[in-house]
Amino acid sequence: MIEIRRILTSVEDIFHEFGPAPQTPLRRGSIAMVITNPFAGKYVQDIIPMMDALQPSGIQMAHQLLKAMAVPESAIQSYGKGAIIGEDGELEHGALWHVPGGYAMRELLGWKGDRPPNDEKNTAQFDQYAKGQAINATGKKGNAIAIVSSTKKVGPPGMTLDVPLTNINASYVRSHFDSIEVRVPGAPHADELVYILAMTTGARIHQRVGGLAADKISVWDGQR
Amino acid sequence: MKAKIRKLIVQVDEIHIEMGQAINPPTRCALAMAVIENPCAGKYVENLDELIAIGEELGGFLGNRCVEALGILPSEAQSYGKSAIVGEAGEIEHAAAILHPKMGAGLRVAVEKGAALVPSSKKRGGMGTAIDVPLGHKDAAFVRSHFDAIEARVSDAPRRNEIVVAIAVTNSGRPLARVGGLQVNEIKGVDGLR
Repeated sequence: MIEIRRILTSVEDIFHEFGPAPQTPLRRGSIAMVITNPFAGKYVQDIIPMMDALQPSGIQMAHQLLKAMAVPESAIQSYGKGAIIGEDGELEHGALWHVPGGYAMRELLGWKGDRPPNDEKNTAQFDQYAKGQAINATGKKGNAIAIVSSTKKVGPPGMTLDVPLTNINASYVRSHFDSIEVRVPGAPHADELVYILAMTTGARIHQRVGGLAADKISVWDGQR
Repeated sequence: MKAKIRKLIVQVDEIHIEMGQAINPPTRCALAMAVIENPCAGKYVENLDELIAIGEELGGFLGNRCVEALGILPSEAQSYGKSAIVGEAGEIEHAAAILHPKMGAGLRVAVEKGAALVPSSKKRGGMGTAIDVPLGHKDAAFVRSHFDAIEARVSDAPRRNEIVVAIAVTNSGRPLARVGGLQVNEIKGVDGLR
């Protein structure tokens, strides 16, 4: 069901934005895969099978992005995801990426929770994750516990998507609110989908508007 | 009003048909965009308090414009998002100063409640730059039917010394949401996540 036509990976290093250059540059990466949309051109009610079929691609994309960024998992501080749907698809086809893309990235970064089933009636699993009961070696209650922000839209070939970025452990860490522009020239065709993941190694380059700091995360609920 | 607003645009996007299926009632998304002068343009400014104060005002101002445009009660708002485009003589941190420290309070009054993080995006660009404003459910970030975005664009903004500030509010989720996940009727709406 999943045919990957093209993968575009981009890694950028930001040294400054006309202010005092910090010691450590900021590295940001994005990966976009272009696939055929099996549902293009017709209304299909049950599109859930594709979500399951995307699991391996989600894992592949997350690993490939981290490898391209050439940093260890522990260096990743924020993430995001997105989708651009070609003209013959519908917005909902973009929503299929939330589970396979988002959770694959979080698992790569150390999240230990259970995958939610597609129809999320199992609240016991959720309560466990939400209480941060996944333990890892750092002693924090798990890693990559925050929601992965996202955007999606239907667009023509070459459309740019602004992918939001937030801190991987606490969405409210203010220094890490950011976004990255992602585009694949010539894609998606009308019968294609572009699915995107993004990660960074840190805060905005001249962050200085206060708020919750990354080293002050204390609630460990994925928000604060 | 601390912000010097050159231009204000309010639009409502209604979806009546999606993939050949009638959407009844139509899904609706309001987008309010203010084009403002950037008081910090052209130089490195360490203290961005002036922009923080502008953000505080614009949250309620633009949020109210969205709710009015939808013709709904504040409590009927379902999802929200915010974005800013900084003109060439500014820096990304100018957008952060407007969007993050104090904008939330006024916006949350405009839509009533608002337990969840307001999703956001920011960029630098020239006139006519489009930005995708992310959308998420206002009380529970994990409601999957409400993960969405709307493009915001002003053809003659931002000029190099300006900032475009955008807020979006909806009274609905995606038109044919059917990929499972947390549902609206399952929300507790207290912790901002579920």
